[in-house]
Amino acid sequence: MAGLTATPAASSPPRFEPALMRRKLTGTLFYGACLAAIGILIVALLALLLDVLIVGLPWLDIDFIASMPSRRPAQAGVLPALVGSIELAIIVGLITFPVGIGAALYLAEYAPDTRVTRLLQTNISNLAGVPSIIYGIFGLAIFVRLLGLGPVLFSGAATLALVILPLVIIASIEAIKAVPQAQREGAYALGASRWQMVRSSVLPAAAPGIMTGIILAMARAIGEAAPLVVVGAAAFVTSLPQPLSGSFTVLPIQVFNWAQRPQADFQGIAAAAIIVILVLVFILNLLALVVRARLSRHIQW
Amino acid sequence: MAASLGVVTTIGIVVLLTYQTVQFFQIVNPIDFLTGTVWSASIEPYKFGVLALVSGTLLVATIAMIIGTPLGLLSAILLSEYSSNRVRNIVKPVLETIAGIPTIVLGFFAINFLSPEVLKPIFGDDIGIFSALAGGIVVGILITPLIASISEDAMRAVPRGLREGAYAMGATKFEVVRKVVLPAAVSGVMASIVLAMSRAVGETMAVVLAVGTRPQLTFNPLESVQTMTAFIVQITQGETSQGSVQFLSLFAVAMVLFVITFALNLASAWIVRRYRTAY
Repeated sequence: MAGLTATPAASSPPRFEPALMRRKLTGTLFYGACLAAIGILIVALLALLLDVLIVGLPWLDIDFIASMPSRRPAQAGVLPALVGSIELAIIVGLITFPVGIGAALYLAEYAPDTRVTRLLQTNISNLAGVPSIIYGIFGLAIFVRLLGLGPVLFSGAATLALVILPLVIIASIEAIKAVPQAQREGAYALGASRWQMVRSSVLPAAAPGIMTGIILAMARAIGEAAPLVVVGAAAFVTSLPQPLSGSFTVLPIQVFNWAQRPQADFQGIAAAAIIVILVLVFILNLLALVVRARLSRHIQW
Repeated sequence: MAASLGVVTTIGIVVLLTYQTVQFFQIVNPIDFLTGTVWSASIEPYKFGVLALVSGTLLVATIAMIIGTPLGLLSAILLSEYSSNRVRNIVKPVLETIAGIPTIVLGFFAINFLSPEVLKPIFGDDIGIFSALAGGIVVGILITPLIASISEDAMRAVPRGLREGAYAMGATKFEVVRKVVLPAAVSGVMASIVLAMSRAVGETMAVVLAVGTRPQLTFNPLESVQTMTAFIVQITQGETSQGSVQFLSLFAVAMVLFVITFALNLASAWIVRRYRTAY
């Protein structure tokens, strides 16, 4: 802290004030830099949203939502991709819900604190850092080829479930660990078995955190495209997707496909499809807020 | 049972990538793969020098770090040290919104707005629609919330007493931040930067659209390049037959990507353990 050492006032009093002024000026400049940083982020975010809206809104209407894709941008729609995205999010949710909560409950409540448990936990945090496209390659080899499902919606959903499971498990463990110990002891004192204690005390108290984690993970799944490209989502689908048969596409894949074409019309429908994605993600975020508020109504400690 | 799924997945990924990479190395010499600087998977003569893809990836990631690190750190400092409620109520939602935007949207933004409307007027004909710079900028925006949130947590964990001690000695706010808070939070800050680097290296959809499909060893950010992730997308999009050398090269590239990101993630965890100061 050499810079903080004050010059003894007696030796050179006049120097003190200018130095303080300079130090305060540096501080003000730094605060300005912080504000500038957030200003840059706001400008970038606004530019992005405005760009998408200006380019996409003219193309967005009921026909766009309710039509099949077409080689001609003017007639193209996102219905198969929209239905695909929603089906995908539901299947991902159905897979992650039991597996994620099960794994989190085991790790946080049941598992003894041994090296194996710590290894399992470290492993899950490491999996959270693996790029999603690598899961795509894994899904391609396991679900599409080895299990012989083919490039169907379910293969994509199972792959995405693997991508978001580590996030769901980590969020759920945090929520479970945040439940006060007294809640558990209260249940035990009333003679509850371990499972009764978990079901009646831990799960309701951790539910807001767990559900928020799962819904936000589903929002992430809706915007995710990389693993699906690898698994084999199709670029051009003119029928509504079935979970276990036929080709499928989702909104981000549709955007990817259209955005690659330089023509202004395709850029337009790409932006319109982005608006649809953003609305879906926004709805899920809102849902997370509502669920959180409802589930935590009865919790007080 | 459910918890062991993680281990099964990890082992599955490692075994799969290793097995297919070994197959690939029976066709292409591993030395040529790791030291070659020309990558041509679809045009003869086929060349598989992964350095062309690795350099493209690192170029984009480096630009992303140059942009994302200051933005993320300054936002974190703003949130942790200067946060009046008014500032906080603006900064938090901005960061959360950016974190929630699907990455393909940032890719679209790069080619639809950033390249033609911002970069082109600045650099003129030196820059095309596809460039490492455009990709790096959007990835930099993308990793900012990650750096900000982990760094903010680390700074908030610094005890008040340390700050107050410095104030008592006559330090200004900036001096407290620079000489007390940042050194005390260094493990978390460093870990967030390394983790963000890993995220930038593995980022796919934003990069695929923005940087183009020209694998080359270059350090010029205005050039079009190809990253490892973008190559994987390109190969799986096309009609590549299973068992062909192109298809196998996919796994070898994925292996390199996996090793790099895994090493960065381990480094991040190691930094937290090694430099953590307990109060």
